[in-house]
Amino acid sequence: MFIRRSAAIAAAILLSSPALLQGASAADKPTDPQIAHIAYTAGVIDINAAKQAQKKAKSKGVKAFAEDMLRDHEAVNKQALALVKKLNVTPEDNATSKALSKQASDKLAELDKLSGAAFDKAYVANEVAYHKQVNGALATQLIPSAGNAELKSFLQTGLKIFQGHQQHAEHVAAELK
Amino acid sequence: MMSGRLTSLAIALAVAAMVAPAHAATIEITMENLVISPAEISARVGDTINWINKDVFAHTATAKNGDFDVMLPPKKSATSILKKAGTIEYYCRYHPNMKAMLKVEP
Repeated sequence: MFIRRSAAIAAAILLSSPALLQGASAADKPTDPQIAHIAYTAGVIDINAAKQAQKKAKSKGVKAFAEDMLRDHEAVNKQALALVKKLNVTPEDNATSKALSKQASDKLAELDKLSGAAFDKAYVANEVAYHKQVNGALATQLIPSAGNAELKSFLQTGLKIFQGHQQHAEHVAAELK
Repeated sequence: MMSGRLTSLAIALAVAAMVAPAHAATIEITMENLVISPAEISARVGDTINWINKDVFAHTATAKNGDFDVMLPPKKSATSILKKAGTIEYYCRYHPNMKAMLKVEP
């Protein structure tokens, strides 16, 4: 029930984001400054989720997974900052970033009420759903919309990382069962 | 006498070359942008694999059959010597979508 609901929210946000972007930028696709902001925000969200898990997780596998997420997403975001600096792009806040952040803070509050095995399960389930959501956005929206070639290639590497995390999360979820 | 010695030395060397594993090689396998290359490669028992991680992310080279599990911190390399023959599928534990194959001949 819990998992189904968060997946439904994820799907709703994913489906609604192109519409939100249309309203925000009066264009069909996000601009490079907006894409950079969305990608960075997506990383920050998973870093915050990992920090919460480091404090609350019970199982060794889940703790290790959270550490892997923290390490990778910090490395990705460090690269993102270096890239926007190099390209002289100022990340621009937008409706998709805001929707992602809102969804994430609701999720943090929801997970905060859980503990022990229930937390572990819910955190990992959300990691699977979240990475799936971001992968969908990267593949169908952000990568095709990116104008700058370096930004596009950065996002393509990001997609591979996120796909790896999704599979990793799925393995961890299977071990918890 | 002299030439006889040389001949036996030559024979000894020739035999050694046939019996001992012909010069162990070092094979480079690179991980870059979450891609392992070459994705498939042949080696021999006794060869050394030089694993090179060019990414800013940590990776592992983990054999599915448990033959090896090499940790590769960001921008680091590591070596391992192949001890057993077989076709080994391996992957990165952190990014299981990174997969490759190593054929180790006896």
